[in-house]
Amino acid sequence: MKDMKEKIMHAVFFITACISVLAVALICIFLFKTGFSGIKEIGLFEFLTGTEWRPKNDIYGIFPMIIGSIYVTAGAIVIGVPAGILCSIFMASFCPKWLYRFLKPVINLMAGIPSIVYGFFGLVVFVPIMQELTGTAGKGLLTASILLGVMILPTIISVSEAAIRAVPPQYLEGALALGATKEKSVFFTVVPAAKSGILAGVVLGIGRAIGETMAIIMVAGNQPVVPDSIISGVRTMTANIVLEMGYATGLHREALVATAVVLFVFILIINILVTILKNRSKA
Amino acid sequence: MKRKLKEYRNNPVSLLLYLLVALATAVTVGITLAIIIYILIKGVPHLNGDIFAWKYTSENASMLPAIINTIFMTVLALLFAVPAGIGSAIYLVEYAPKGNKFVNLIRLTTETLQGIPSIVYGLFGFLMFSVYLGFGYSLLGGALTLAIMILPLIMRTAEEALLSVPDTYREGSFGLGAGKLRTVFRIILPSAVPGILSGIILAVGRVAGETAALLYTAGSVAKVAGSLMDSSRTLAVHMYVLLSEGLYTNQAYATAVILLLMVVLINLASELIAKKFTK
Repeated sequence: MKDMKEKIMHAVFFITACISVLAVALICIFLFKTGFSGIKEIGLFEFLTGTEWRPKNDIYGIFPMIIGSIYVTAGAIVIGVPAGILCSIFMASFCPKWLYRFLKPVINLMAGIPSIVYGFFGLVVFVPIMQELTGTAGKGLLTASILLGVMILPTIISVSEAAIRAVPPQYLEGALALGATKEKSVFFTVVPAAKSGILAGVVLGIGRAIGETMAIIMVAGNQPVVPDSIISGVRTMTANIVLEMGYATGLHREALVATAVVLFVFILIINILVTILKNRSKA
Repeated sequence: MKRKLKEYRNNPVSLLLYLLVALATAVTVGITLAIIIYILIKGVPHLNGDIFAWKYTSENASMLPAIINTIFMTVLALLFAVPAGIGSAIYLVEYAPKGNKFVNLIRLTTETLQGIPSIVYGLFGFLMFSVYLGFGYSLLGGALTLAIMILPLIMRTAEEALLSVPDTYREGSFGLGAGKLRTVFRIILPSAVPGILSGIILAVGRVAGETAALLYTAGSVAKVAGSLMDSSRTLAVHMYVLLSEGLYTNQAYATAVILLLMVVLINLASELIAKKFTK
Protein backbone atom coordinates (compact mmCIF):
# COMPACT_ATOMS: atom_id res chain seq x y z
CA MET A 1 0.00 0.00 0.00
CA LYS A 2 2.68 2.46 1.07
CA ASP A 3 4.82 1.30 -1.82
CA MET A 4 1.91 1.97 -4.18
CA LYS A 5 1.57 5.52 -2.94
CA GLU A 6 5.25 6.19 -3.41
CA LYS A 7 5.10 4.90 -6.96
CA ILE A 8 1.99 6.89 -7.83
CA MET A 9 3.44 10.13 -6.50
CA HIS A 10 6.71 9.48 -8.32
CA ALA A 11 4.67 9.20 -11.50
CA VAL A 12 2.73 12.37 -10.67
CA PHE A 13 5.92 14.37 -10.18
CA PHE A 14 7.28 12.96 -13.42
CA ILE A 15 4.15 13.99 -15.29
CA THR A 16 4.28 17.55 -13.95
CA ALA A 17 7.91 17.72 -15.07
CA CYS A 18 6.80 16.78 -18.58
CA ILE A 19 4.46 19.78 -18.79
CA SER A 20 7.16 22.24 -19.81
CA VAL A 21 8.35 19.90 -22.54
CA LEU A 22 4.78 19.49 -23.70
CA ALA A 23 4.23 23.26 -23.64
CA VAL A 24 7.23 23.95 -25.85
CA ALA A 25 6.14 21.20 -28.23
CA LEU A 26 2.61 22.63 -28.45
CA ILE A 27 3.86 26.16 -28.99
CA CYS A 28 6.12 24.98 -31.81
CA ILE A 29 3.39 22.87 -33.41
CA PHE A 30 0.74 25.59 -33.36
CA LEU A 31 3.02 28.41 -34.49
CA PHE A 32 4.91 26.47 -37.12
CA LYS A 33 1.86 24.79 -38.61
CA THR A 34 -0.02 28.02 -39.23
CA GLY A 35 3.10 30.05 -39.93
CA PHE A 36 4.61 27.67 -42.45
CA SER A 37 1.40 27.38 -44.40
CA GLY A 38 1.39 31.18 -44.64
CA ILE A 39 5.04 31.32 -45.67
CA LYS A 40 4.45 28.61 -48.26
CA GLU A 41 1.67 30.59 -49.87
CA ILE A 42 3.54 33.89 -49.83
CA GLY A 43 6.92 32.40 -50.66
CA LEU A 44 9.78 32.44 -48.15
CA PHE A 45 11.90 34.86 -50.15
CA GLU A 46 9.09 37.35 -50.79
CA PHE A 47 7.99 37.10 -47.17
CA LEU A 48 11.41 37.80 -45.65
CA THR A 49 12.72 40.34 -48.16
CA GLY A 50 9.52 42.00 -49.41
CA THR A 51 9.51 45.67 -48.43
CA GLU A 52 5.79 46.15 -48.73
CA TRP A 53 3.18 45.11 -46.20
CA ARG A 54 -0.27 45.65 -47.64
CA PRO A 55 -2.71 43.10 -46.23
CA LYS A 56 -5.57 44.58 -48.27
CA ASN A 57 -3.80 43.65 -51.50
CA ASP A 58 -2.46 40.39 -50.09
CA ILE A 59 1.12 41.66 -50.20
CA TYR A 60 3.06 40.47 -47.19
CA GLY A 61 6.70 41.47 -46.92
CA ILE A 62 8.04 41.71 -43.37
CA PHE A 63 11.47 43.08 -44.24
CA PRO A 64 10.59 46.54 -42.79
CA MET A 65 9.51 44.89 -39.52
CA ILE A 66 12.65 42.74 -39.26
CA ILE A 67 14.77 45.83 -39.86
CA GLY A 68 12.56 47.76 -37.43
CA SER A 69 13.09 45.19 -34.66
CA ILE A 70 16.84 45.11 -35.30
CA TYR A 71 17.18 48.91 -35.37
CA VAL A 72 15.13 49.46 -32.23
CA THR A 73 17.02 46.72 -30.40
CA ALA A 74 20.35 48.14 -31.56
CA GLY A 75 19.29 51.57 -30.35
CA ALA A 76 18.28 50.13 -27.00
CA ILE A 77 21.69 48.45 -26.72
CA VAL A 78 23.52 51.71 -27.46
CA ILE A 79 21.56 53.44 -24.69
CA GLY A 80 20.95 50.69 -22.17
CA VAL A 81 24.11 48.59 -22.20
CA PRO A 82 26.75 51.19 -21.20
CA ALA A 83 24.47 52.65 -18.53
CA GLY A 84 23.49 49.19 -17.28
CA ILE A 85 27.04 47.85 -17.04
CA LEU A 86 28.37 51.01 -15.36
CA CYS A 87 25.50 50.92 -12.89
CA SER A 88 26.15 47.25 -12.11
CA ILE A 89 29.84 48.02 -11.52
CA PHE A 90 28.84 50.72 -9.06
CA MET A 91 26.42 48.43 -7.27
CA ALA A 92 28.83 45.52 -7.05
CA SER A 93 32.04 47.36 -6.17
CA PHE A 94 31.58 50.96 -5.03
CA CYS A 95 28.19 51.16 -3.42
CA PRO A 96 28.16 51.79 0.35
CA LYS A 97 25.95 49.35 2.25
CA TRP A 98 23.34 51.90 3.31
CA LEU A 99 22.90 53.04 -0.27
CA TYR A 100 22.70 49.48 -1.56
CA ARG A 101 19.73 48.81 0.70
CA PHE A 102 17.91 51.53 -1.24
CA LEU A 103 19.32 50.86 -4.71
CA LYS A 104 18.58 47.16 -4.94
CA PRO A 105 14.82 47.53 -4.30
CA VAL A 106 14.70 50.37 -6.85
CA ILE A 107 16.24 48.11 -9.52
CA ASN A 108 13.82 45.31 -8.58
CA LEU A 109 10.94 47.75 -8.79
CA MET A 110 12.15 48.85 -12.20
CA ALA A 111 12.04 45.24 -13.35
CA GLY A 112 8.51 44.88 -12.03
CA ILE A 113 6.89 47.90 -13.66
CA PRO A 114 4.52 46.54 -16.35
CA SER A 115 5.52 47.34 -19.91
CA ILE A 116 2.23 49.08 -20.56
CA VAL A 117 3.13 51.60 -17.84
CA TYR A 118 6.53 52.20 -19.43
CA GLY A 119 4.77 52.70 -22.75
CA PHE A 120 2.34 55.16 -21.20
CA PHE A 121 5.18 57.12 -19.61
CA GLY A 122 6.96 57.19 -22.96
CA LEU A 123 3.80 58.40 -24.65
CA VAL A 124 3.09 61.25 -22.26
CA VAL A 125 6.67 62.32 -21.52
CA PHE A 126 9.17 61.20 -24.18
CA VAL A 127 6.95 61.79 -27.20
CA PRO A 128 6.13 65.46 -26.43
CA ILE A 129 9.82 66.14 -25.72
CA MET A 130 10.75 64.58 -29.05
CA GLN A 131 8.08 66.65 -30.78
CA GLU A 132 9.70 69.78 -29.40
CA LEU A 133 13.21 68.71 -30.32
CA THR A 134 12.62 67.36 -33.81
CA GLY A 135 9.46 69.02 -35.01
CA THR A 136 8.03 65.64 -36.06
CA ALA A 137 5.24 63.55 -34.57
CA GLY A 138 7.68 62.52 -31.86
CA LYS A 139 7.07 58.83 -32.31
CA GLY A 140 9.83 56.88 -33.94
CA LEU A 141 13.04 54.93 -33.81
CA LEU A 142 14.85 57.24 -31.42
CA THR A 143 11.99 57.52 -28.92
CA ALA A 144 11.45 53.75 -28.97
CA SER A 145 15.18 53.10 -28.54
CA ILE A 146 15.44 55.37 -25.52
CA LEU A 147 12.39 53.86 -23.83
CA LEU A 148 13.54 50.33 -24.56
CA GLY A 149 17.05 51.20 -23.39
CA VAL A 150 15.54 52.14 -20.03
CA MET A 151 13.41 49.00 -19.91
CA ILE A 152 16.32 46.59 -20.38
CA LEU A 153 18.40 48.25 -17.65
CA PRO A 154 17.20 46.08 -14.73
CA THR A 155 17.90 42.84 -16.64
CA ILE A 156 21.42 43.91 -17.56
CA ILE A 157 22.14 45.36 -14.12
CA SER A 158 21.08 42.35 -12.06
CA VAL A 159 22.80 39.75 -14.24
CA SER A 160 26.07 41.65 -14.57
CA GLU A 161 26.07 42.63 -10.90
CA ALA A 162 25.85 38.94 -9.98
CA ALA A 163 28.65 38.18 -12.46
CA ILE A 164 30.94 40.86 -10.99
CA ARG A 165 30.23 39.72 -7.43
CA ALA A 166 31.12 36.15 -8.42
CA VAL A 167 34.70 37.17 -9.27
CA PRO A 168 37.02 35.88 -6.50
CA PRO A 169 38.11 38.72 -4.17
CA GLN A 170 41.76 37.83 -4.75
CA TYR A 171 41.58 39.57 -8.13
CA LEU A 172 40.77 42.88 -6.51
CA GLU A 173 43.16 42.37 -3.60
CA GLY A 174 45.99 41.46 -5.97
CA ALA A 175 45.51 44.54 -8.08
CA LEU A 176 45.24 46.79 -5.02
CA ALA A 177 48.40 45.27 -3.57
CA LEU A 178 50.26 46.12 -6.77
CA GLY A 179 49.38 49.77 -6.15
CA ALA A 180 46.49 50.30 -8.52
CA THR A 181 43.64 52.51 -7.33
CA LYS A 182 40.36 50.81 -6.50
CA GLU A 183 38.71 52.18 -9.66
CA LYS A 184 41.46 50.92 -11.93
CA SER A 185 41.57 47.55 -10.16
CA VAL A 186 37.84 47.07 -10.63
CA PHE A 187 37.74 48.22 -14.24
CA PHE A 188 40.86 46.46 -15.47
CA THR A 189 40.97 43.22 -13.46
CA VAL A 190 37.56 42.43 -11.90
CA VAL A 191 35.30 43.46 -14.77
CA PRO A 192 37.31 41.66 -17.49
CA ALA A 193 37.15 38.53 -15.32
CA ALA A 194 33.35 38.80 -15.27
CA LYS A 195 33.19 39.31 -19.04
CA SER A 196 31.17 36.20 -19.93
CA GLY A 197 28.58 36.80 -17.22
CA ILE A 198 28.17 40.45 -18.19
CA LEU A 199 27.81 39.45 -21.82
CA ALA A 200 25.11 36.94 -20.83
CA GLY A 201 23.24 39.80 -19.15
CA VAL A 202 23.55 41.94 -22.26
CA VAL A 203 22.27 39.16 -24.51
CA LEU A 204 19.38 38.54 -22.10
CA GLY A 205 18.60 42.26 -22.33
CA ILE A 206 18.62 41.99 -26.12
CA GLY A 207 16.11 39.15 -25.84
CA ARG A 208 13.85 41.34 -23.74
CA ALA A 209 14.21 44.23 -26.16
CA ILE A 210 13.37 42.24 -29.26
CA GLY A 211 10.31 40.67 -27.61
CA GLU A 212 8.94 43.87 -26.11
CA THR A 213 5.54 44.79 -27.47
CA MET A 214 3.20 46.99 -25.50
CA ALA A 215 5.66 49.77 -24.72
CA ILE A 216 6.98 49.88 -28.27
CA ILE A 217 3.64 50.32 -30.00
CA MET A 218 2.97 53.41 -27.89
CA VAL A 219 6.06 55.29 -29.02
CA ALA A 220 7.35 53.84 -32.31
CA GLY A 221 4.80 55.25 -34.73
CA ASN A 222 4.22 51.81 -36.27
CA GLN A 223 4.55 52.66 -39.96
CA PRO A 224 5.40 49.45 -41.84
CA VAL A 225 8.21 50.98 -43.89
CA VAL A 226 11.97 50.78 -43.60
CA PRO A 227 12.92 53.87 -41.56
CA ASP A 228 15.18 56.35 -43.37
CA SER A 229 16.33 58.33 -40.33
CA ILE A 230 16.48 57.88 -36.57
CA ILE A 231 13.41 60.05 -36.05
CA SER A 232 11.15 58.37 -38.60
CA GLY A 233 8.46 55.95 -37.51
CA VAL A 234 9.17 52.24 -37.34
CA ARG A 235 7.18 49.07 -36.77
CA THR A 236 8.67 46.04 -35.03
CA MET A 237 7.68 42.42 -35.59
CA THR A 238 5.97 42.32 -32.19
CA ALA A 239 4.00 45.49 -32.95
CA ASN A 240 2.95 44.07 -36.30
CA ILE A 241 1.38 41.07 -34.58
CA VAL A 242 -0.42 42.94 -31.83
CA LEU A 243 -1.75 45.71 -34.05
CA GLU A 244 -3.37 43.53 -36.69
CA MET A 245 -4.20 40.22 -35.00
CA GLY A 246 -7.53 41.57 -33.79
CA TYR A 247 -9.11 41.71 -37.21
CA ALA A 248 -6.88 39.46 -39.34
CA THR A 249 -8.34 36.44 -41.13
CA GLY A 250 -7.14 33.90 -43.67
CA LEU A 251 -3.74 34.51 -45.23
CA HIS A 252 -3.33 37.77 -43.31
CA ARG A 253 -3.57 35.86 -40.02
CA GLU A 254 -1.16 33.24 -41.28
CA ALA A 255 1.29 35.97 -42.27
CA LEU A 256 1.11 37.41 -38.75
CA VAL A 257 1.76 33.99 -37.21
CA ALA A 258 4.65 33.62 -39.65
CA THR A 259 5.99 36.92 -38.28
CA ALA A 260 5.89 35.33 -34.83
CA VAL A 261 7.80 32.33 -36.22
CA VAL A 262 10.58 34.63 -37.43
CA LEU A 263 10.58 36.34 -34.03
CA PHE A 264 10.70 32.92 -32.36
CA VAL A 265 13.77 31.97 -34.41
CA PHE A 266 15.50 35.19 -33.31
CA ILE A 267 14.68 34.36 -29.68
CA LEU A 268 15.97 30.78 -30.03
CA ILE A 269 19.29 32.06 -31.38
CA ILE A 270 19.53 34.49 -28.45
CA ASN A 271 18.68 31.70 -25.97
CA ILE A 272 21.43 29.50 -27.37
CA LEU A 273 23.88 32.39 -27.05
CA VAL A 274 22.89 32.93 -23.40
CA THR A 275 23.33 29.24 -22.61
CA ILE A 276 26.78 29.18 -24.21
CA LEU A 277 27.86 32.32 -22.37
CA LYS A 278 26.55 31.05 -19.03
CA ASN A 279 28.39 27.77 -19.41
CA ARG A 280 31.54 29.65 -20.27
CA SER A 281 31.27 31.90 -17.23
CA LYS A 282 30.81 28.85 -15.01
CA ALA A 283 33.91 27.14 -16.41
CA MET B 1 37.94 61.45 2.56
CA LYS B 2 40.97 63.75 2.27
CA ARG B 3 43.25 60.89 1.41
CA LYS B 4 40.78 59.79 -1.23
CA LEU B 5 40.78 63.25 -2.80
CA LYS B 6 44.56 63.34 -2.89
CA GLU B 7 44.61 59.97 -4.50
CA TYR B 8 42.25 61.23 -7.19
CA ARG B 9 44.47 64.25 -7.87
CA ASN B 10 47.26 61.90 -8.81
CA ASN B 11 44.90 59.68 -10.77
CA PRO B 12 42.45 61.66 -12.84
CA VAL B 13 41.49 58.50 -14.73
CA SER B 14 40.29 56.90 -11.53
CA LEU B 15 38.19 59.92 -10.69
CA LEU B 16 36.69 59.84 -14.15
CA LEU B 17 35.82 56.15 -13.84
CA TYR B 18 34.22 56.71 -10.46
CA LEU B 19 32.18 59.63 -11.76
CA LEU B 20 31.05 57.52 -14.72
CA VAL B 21 29.67 54.68 -12.62
CA ALA B 22 28.10 57.07 -10.13
CA LEU B 23 26.48 59.04 -12.93
CA ALA B 24 25.08 55.92 -14.59
CA THR B 25 23.58 54.81 -11.28
CA ALA B 26 22.14 58.23 -10.59
CA VAL B 27 20.52 58.34 -14.03
CA THR B 28 19.04 54.86 -13.63
CA VAL B 29 17.58 55.61 -10.21
CA GLY B 30 16.52 59.06 -11.38
CA ILE B 31 14.50 57.71 -14.29
CA THR B 32 12.79 55.10 -12.14
CA LEU B 33 11.83 57.65 -9.51
CA ALA B 34 10.75 60.09 -12.22
CA ILE B 35 8.38 57.53 -13.71
CA ILE B 36 6.86 56.71 -10.33
CA ILE B 37 6.57 60.29 -9.10
CA TYR B 38 5.23 61.61 -12.39
CA ILE B 39 2.50 58.99 -12.55
CA LEU B 40 1.58 59.48 -8.90
CA ILE B 41 1.28 63.25 -9.27
CA LYS B 42 -0.79 63.01 -12.45
CA GLY B 43 -2.84 60.02 -11.41
CA VAL B 44 -3.74 60.32 -7.74
CA PRO B 45 -6.09 63.33 -8.25
CA HIS B 46 -8.13 61.20 -10.64
CA LEU B 47 -8.71 58.40 -8.17
CA ASN B 48 -12.32 59.18 -7.33
CA GLY B 49 -15.52 57.29 -6.75
CA ASP B 50 -16.42 57.17 -10.42
CA ILE B 51 -13.39 55.25 -11.40
CA PHE B 52 -14.22 52.54 -8.87
CA ALA B 53 -17.87 52.31 -9.87
CA TRP B 54 -19.28 48.80 -9.88
CA LYS B 55 -20.28 48.94 -13.55
CA TYR B 56 -18.11 50.08 -16.43
CA THR B 57 -19.72 52.64 -18.70
CA SER B 58 -18.14 54.70 -21.46
CA GLU B 59 -18.55 57.73 -19.18
CA ASN B 60 -16.84 56.61 -16.01
CA ALA B 61 -14.34 54.14 -17.57
CA SER B 62 -14.40 52.34 -14.24
CA MET B 63 -11.54 50.02 -13.49
CA LEU B 64 -13.20 48.03 -10.73
CA PRO B 65 -14.35 45.19 -13.04
CA ALA B 66 -10.81 45.04 -14.42
CA ILE B 67 -9.36 44.82 -10.91
CA ILE B 68 -11.70 41.96 -10.02
CA ASN B 69 -10.89 40.20 -13.29
CA THR B 70 -7.18 40.62 -12.58
CA ILE B 71 -7.67 38.83 -9.27
CA PHE B 72 -9.63 36.02 -10.96
CA MET B 73 -6.98 35.71 -13.63
CA THR B 74 -4.13 35.62 -11.13
CA VAL B 75 -5.74 33.02 -8.90
CA LEU B 76 -6.66 30.82 -11.85
CA ALA B 77 -3.23 31.03 -13.49
CA LEU B 78 -1.57 30.19 -10.17
CA LEU B 79 -3.96 27.28 -9.67
CA PHE B 80 -2.57 25.70 -12.83
CA ALA B 81 1.04 26.81 -12.64
CA VAL B 82 1.92 26.37 -8.96
CA PRO B 83 1.23 22.61 -8.59
CA ALA B 84 2.86 21.94 -11.95
CA GLY B 85 5.87 24.11 -11.14
CA ILE B 86 6.44 22.71 -7.65
CA GLY B 87 5.82 19.16 -8.84
CA SER B 88 8.40 19.41 -11.57
CA ALA B 89 10.88 21.07 -9.22
CA ILE B 90 10.41 18.15 -6.79
CA TYR B 91 10.96 15.71 -9.62
CA LEU B 92 14.11 17.48 -10.79
CA VAL B 93 15.66 17.82 -7.35
CA GLU B 94 14.50 14.73 -5.46
CA TYR B 95 13.71 12.04 -8.00
CA ALA B 96 15.46 12.60 -11.30
CA PRO B 97 18.62 10.60 -11.93
CA LYS B 98 21.60 12.97 -12.26
CA GLY B 99 22.80 13.73 -15.78
CA ASN B 100 19.78 12.04 -17.32
CA LYS B 101 19.07 13.03 -20.96
CA PHE B 102 15.41 13.68 -20.17
CA VAL B 103 16.34 16.00 -17.31
CA ASN B 104 18.53 17.97 -19.69
CA LEU B 105 15.58 18.21 -22.06
CA ILE B 106 13.37 19.58 -19.28
CA ARG B 107 15.98 22.19 -18.41
CA LEU B 108 16.38 23.16 -22.05
CA THR B 109 12.63 23.59 -22.54
CA THR B 110 12.29 25.58 -19.32
CA GLU B 111 15.00 27.96 -20.48
CA THR B 112 13.31 28.25 -23.86
CA LEU B 113 9.97 29.04 -22.23
CA GLN B 114 11.63 31.73 -20.17
CA GLY B 115 12.92 33.55 -23.23
CA ILE B 116 9.71 33.51 -25.27
CA PRO B 117 8.18 37.01 -25.54
CA SER B 118 4.69 37.44 -24.15
CA ILE B 119 3.21 38.30 -27.53
CA VAL B 120 4.28 34.88 -28.83
CA TYR B 121 2.52 33.29 -25.84
CA GLY B 122 -0.50 35.38 -26.68
CA LEU B 123 -0.49 34.23 -30.27
CA PHE B 124 -0.07 30.60 -29.24
CA GLY B 125 -2.90 30.92 -26.71
CA PHE B 126 -5.08 32.49 -29.37
CA LEU B 127 -4.37 29.70 -31.87
CA MET B 128 -4.72 26.85 -29.39
CA PHE B 129 -7.32 27.90 -26.83
CA SER B 130 -9.41 30.51 -28.63
CA VAL B 131 -9.46 28.97 -32.10
CA TYR B 132 -8.50 25.29 -31.97
CA LEU B 133 -10.27 24.39 -28.73
CA GLY B 134 -13.02 26.89 -29.43
CA PHE B 135 -12.83 28.82 -26.13
CA GLY B 136 -13.14 32.16 -27.89
CA TYR B 137 -11.93 35.04 -25.73
CA SER B 138 -12.17 33.59 -22.25
CA LEU B 139 -10.90 33.83 -18.70
CA LEU B 140 -9.86 30.18 -18.87
CA GLY B 141 -7.90 30.57 -22.12
CA GLY B 142 -6.09 33.60 -20.75
CA ALA B 143 -5.28 31.90 -17.48
CA LEU B 144 -3.93 28.78 -19.21
CA THR B 145 -1.73 30.92 -21.46
CA LEU B 146 -0.39 32.82 -18.48
CA ALA B 147 0.11 29.60 -16.52
CA ILE B 148 2.49 28.34 -19.22
CA MET B 149 4.21 31.70 -19.21
CA ILE B 150 4.90 31.76 -15.46
CA LEU B 151 5.65 28.03 -15.18
CA PRO B 152 9.43 28.39 -15.74
CA LEU B 153 9.63 31.17 -13.13
CA ILE B 154 7.89 29.08 -10.47
CA MET B 155 9.84 25.99 -11.43
CA ARG B 156 13.20 27.70 -11.20
CA THR B 157 12.60 29.44 -7.88
CA ALA B 158 11.11 26.25 -6.38
CA GLU B 159 14.09 24.26 -7.63
CA GLU B 160 16.53 26.70 -6.06
CA ALA B 161 14.59 26.60 -2.80
CA LEU B 162 14.60 22.79 -2.73
CA LEU B 163 18.29 22.64 -3.59
CA SER B 164 19.11 24.93 -0.68
CA VAL B 165 17.55 22.52 1.84
CA PRO B 166 20.60 20.83 3.43
CA ASP B 167 21.09 17.14 2.65
CA THR B 168 21.34 16.40 6.38
CA TYR B 169 17.57 17.00 6.61
CA ARG B 170 16.98 14.27 4.06
CA GLU B 171 19.43 11.91 5.69
CA GLY B 172 17.93 12.54 9.10
CA SER B 173 14.45 11.83 7.84
CA PHE B 174 15.49 8.65 6.03
CA GLY B 175 17.47 7.59 9.07
CA LEU B 176 14.33 7.80 11.20
CA GLY B 177 12.63 5.43 8.78
CA ALA B 178 10.49 7.88 6.80
CA GLY B 179 9.82 7.08 3.17
CA LYS B 180 10.77 9.32 0.30
CA LEU B 181 7.30 10.81 -0.09
CA ARG B 182 6.97 11.56 3.62
CA THR B 183 10.39 13.18 3.59
CA VAL B 184 9.44 15.39 0.65
CA PHE B 185 6.12 16.54 2.08
CA ARG B 186 6.94 16.73 5.79
CA ILE B 187 10.58 17.78 5.82
CA ILE B 188 11.78 19.25 2.54
CA LEU B 189 8.78 21.24 1.31
CA PRO B 190 8.14 23.02 4.63
CA SER B 191 11.73 24.22 4.80
CA ALA B 192 11.59 25.41 1.19
CA VAL B 193 8.32 27.36 1.59
CA PRO B 194 9.80 30.89 1.75
CA GLY B 195 11.79 30.44 -1.46
CA ILE B 196 8.84 28.94 -3.28
CA LEU B 197 6.59 31.72 -2.00
CA SER B 198 8.82 34.51 -3.25
CA GLY B 199 8.79 32.89 -6.69
CA ILE B 200 5.00 32.75 -6.62
CA ILE B 201 4.81 36.41 -5.67
CA LEU B 202 7.04 37.36 -8.60
CA ALA B 203 4.73 35.33 -10.82
CA VAL B 204 1.74 37.29 -9.49
CA GLY B 205 3.51 40.46 -10.56
CA ARG B 206 4.02 39.12 -14.06
CA VAL B 207 0.40 38.03 -14.41
CA ALA B 208 -1.02 41.28 -13.11
CA GLY B 209 1.11 43.42 -15.40
CA GLU B 210 0.65 41.34 -18.52
CA THR B 211 -1.05 42.75 -21.60
CA ALA B 212 0.26 41.25 -24.81
CA ALA B 213 -0.46 37.63 -23.86
CA LEU B 214 -4.02 38.42 -22.80
CA LEU B 215 -5.26 40.72 -25.54
CA TYR B 216 -6.19 37.85 -27.88
CA THR B 217 -6.78 35.09 -25.34
CA ALA B 218 -8.91 36.71 -22.63
CA GLY B 219 -10.10 39.60 -24.74
CA SER B 220 -11.15 42.99 -23.44
CA VAL B 221 -14.79 42.93 -22.34
CA ALA B 222 -15.01 45.34 -19.42
CA LYS B 223 -17.33 43.30 -17.21
CA VAL B 224 -16.71 41.11 -14.22
CA ALA B 225 -16.37 37.62 -15.67
CA GLY B 226 -19.37 35.52 -14.70
CA SER B 227 -17.91 32.22 -15.80
CA LEU B 228 -14.65 30.67 -16.96
CA MET B 229 -15.71 31.11 -20.56
CA ASP B 230 -16.40 34.85 -20.31
CA SER B 231 -14.08 37.33 -21.88
CA SER B 232 -12.42 39.34 -19.13
CA ARG B 233 -10.38 42.51 -19.25
CA THR B 234 -7.56 42.69 -16.69
CA LEU B 235 -6.13 45.92 -15.35
CA ALA B 236 -3.15 46.12 -17.73
CA VAL B 237 -5.38 45.34 -20.71
CA HIS B 238 -7.83 47.96 -19.43
CA MET B 239 -5.06 50.51 -19.51
CA TYR B 240 -4.10 49.54 -23.07
CA VAL B 241 -7.69 49.86 -24.25
CA LEU B 242 -8.07 53.27 -22.59
CA LEU B 243 -4.92 54.46 -24.32
CA SER B 244 -5.85 53.13 -27.74
CA GLU B 245 -9.28 54.73 -27.50
CA GLY B 246 -7.45 57.95 -26.80
CA LEU B 247 -10.24 59.64 -24.83
CA TYR B 248 -9.38 58.55 -21.32
CA THR B 249 -5.93 59.89 -20.50
CA ASN B 250 -6.93 60.87 -16.95
CA GLN B 251 -8.38 57.43 -16.26
CA ALA B 252 -5.24 55.89 -17.76
CA TYR B 253 -3.14 57.85 -15.24
CA ALA B 254 -5.32 56.56 -12.43
CA THR B 255 -5.02 53.00 -13.70
CA ALA B 256 -1.25 53.39 -13.91
CA VAL B 257 -1.22 54.46 -10.26
CA ILE B 258 -3.03 51.28 -9.22
CA LEU B 259 -0.72 49.13 -11.34
CA LEU B 260 2.35 50.79 -9.82
CA LEU B 261 0.96 50.43 -6.32
CA MET B 262 0.46 46.75 -6.96
CA VAL B 263 4.03 46.33 -8.20
CA VAL B 264 5.39 48.12 -5.14
CA LEU B 265 3.35 45.93 -2.79
CA ILE B 266 4.41 42.75 -4.59
CA ASN B 267 8.06 43.76 -4.43
CA LEU B 268 7.81 44.60 -0.74
CA ALA B 269 6.21 41.25 -0.01
CA SER B 270 8.83 39.28 -1.89
CA GLU B 271 11.60 41.26 -0.19
CA LEU B 272 10.18 40.60 3.27
CA ILE B 273 9.94 36.90 2.55
CA ALA B 274 13.43 36.82 1.07
CA LYS B 275 14.75 38.52 4.22
CA LYS B 276 13.05 35.99 6.44
CA PHE B 277 14.52 33.29 4.26
CA THR B 278 18.13 34.43 4.59
CA LYS B 279 17.91 34.78 8.38
